[in-house]
Amino acid sequence: MAINIKDPSAVQEMMKGLWRDNPVFVQVLGMCPMLAVTNSAINALAMGLATLFVLVGSSALVSAFKNLIPKQVRISLYIVIIATFVTVIDYTLLALFPAIHKELGAFIPLIVANCMILGRQEAFAAKHTVGFAVMDAIGMSAGFLIALFALGSVREILGNGSLFGIDLFGAGFEPWVIMILPPGGFITLGLILLFFNWVTERKTRFLEQVVAAEQAKG
Amino acid sequence: MTIEQQSLEQQEPSSTKLALSLAFAGLISGIIIISIFEATLPTITANKARELREAVFKVLPNVTTMQKLQFDNGKLRVRTEKGADENTIYGGYGSQGQFVGYAVEGAGPGFQDTIRVLYGYLPEQRKIVGMEILESRETPGLGDKIFKDMAFVANFDDLAVDPEIKAVKKGTKSTPFEIDSITGATISAKAVVRIINKARVRWEDRLPAPGNEPKLESKKTKDEG
Repeated sequence: MAINIKDPSAVQEMMKGLWRDNPVFVQVLGMCPMLAVTNSAINALAMGLATLFVLVGSSALVSAFKNLIPKQVRISLYIVIIATFVTVIDYTLLALFPAIHKELGAFIPLIVANCMILGRQEAFAAKHTVGFAVMDAIGMSAGFLIALFALGSVREILGNGSLFGIDLFGAGFEPWVIMILPPGGFITLGLILLFFNWVTERKTRFLEQVVAAEQAKG
Repeated sequence: MTIEQQSLEQQEPSSTKLALSLAFAGLISGIIIISIFEATLPTITANKARELREAVFKVLPNVTTMQKLQFDNGKLRVRTEKGADENTIYGGYGSQGQFVGYAVEGAGPGFQDTIRVLYGYLPEQRKIVGMEILESRETPGLGDKIFKDMAFVANFDDLAVDPEIKAVKKGTKSTPFEIDSITGATISAKAVVRIINKARVRWEDRLPAPGNEPKLESKKTKDEG
């Protein structure tokens, strides 16, 4: 696992998950937990951290054993590895943070089915060294966490008038109940995706203009 | 066929090797899961026991001591063994050691998974004086209001059990045995009511006549718990 953290490409592998290849906003993966547990900021945060643990752990293992894993059964093996990490985090949360476990309920075991995690094993960890795989996993799950948190805090603020359970607006605020309900998840996600695409489009257009200006000069 | 494809086919491993690698991964995974289960089990059991003890004092106001009561051979006695089963309830006693009420656990299907409920019951007044959800996997933000919505929980602070508890539309409660349901989580609210009704009917004939409750034996007080 000899890797220089200052190595620009390693940092790049990590940063790409945050913005350019953000698993939620760009790849639109992991939608089930994204919509299901983001009705409050703390739930979103706990879900993001649990996913981080699972993704980093399984990426490291898959990458370390990539030469021993027969190609024909790799998907089953990835799932076994992921499911093991999920079980570990499930019991750990139940023992140490029963309140959070109670909140997330059925969605912790469902991390196994998060396609973002399986996707990273197949698309990245299985082809790269442990160091890169871990950097990529950290970046991707950080991007996932940011997305969950953005959605969770918007929905909690509008739908419940609070953030992390702290009341923000006082008694005069009528909560937008729909934001807590499933449609609120879709609406918020749609708006965030719209914003993301708008920014990307503007950036592309700007770059095109720059190129055109350069050509005109030349 | 390209050279690359040929070399790939030459490397094709035998089915035995495939099966073995899966079995090996399964074995390792199994060992890890058993270890984490064994490692966390004492904490989880202790957490659950503590939660239950705290819940007993919550659902029965003015109770300072509790003891487990066991129903067997047609009679309610003080349970001295560890643990609890479906025939165990909890007796709450006041500071003078006088009997106050029972805390009864009930379970049943909710919207998603089994809901476990503990309610405090005063046999003499025939009413429920508190309700606590011990375990549920109801939809976050909706069904979980059965324990988060304090207005709903307060329904059970003074609730007559005769003829039977009924969930009615929010704001239309008119009799002492009705509760205001939760908008958007009717199924979960009704499930709680159904569980309590079922548990109460089940225990109706098992409880001794008011005044003949088992005397306080153990000294498990609020502070110890």
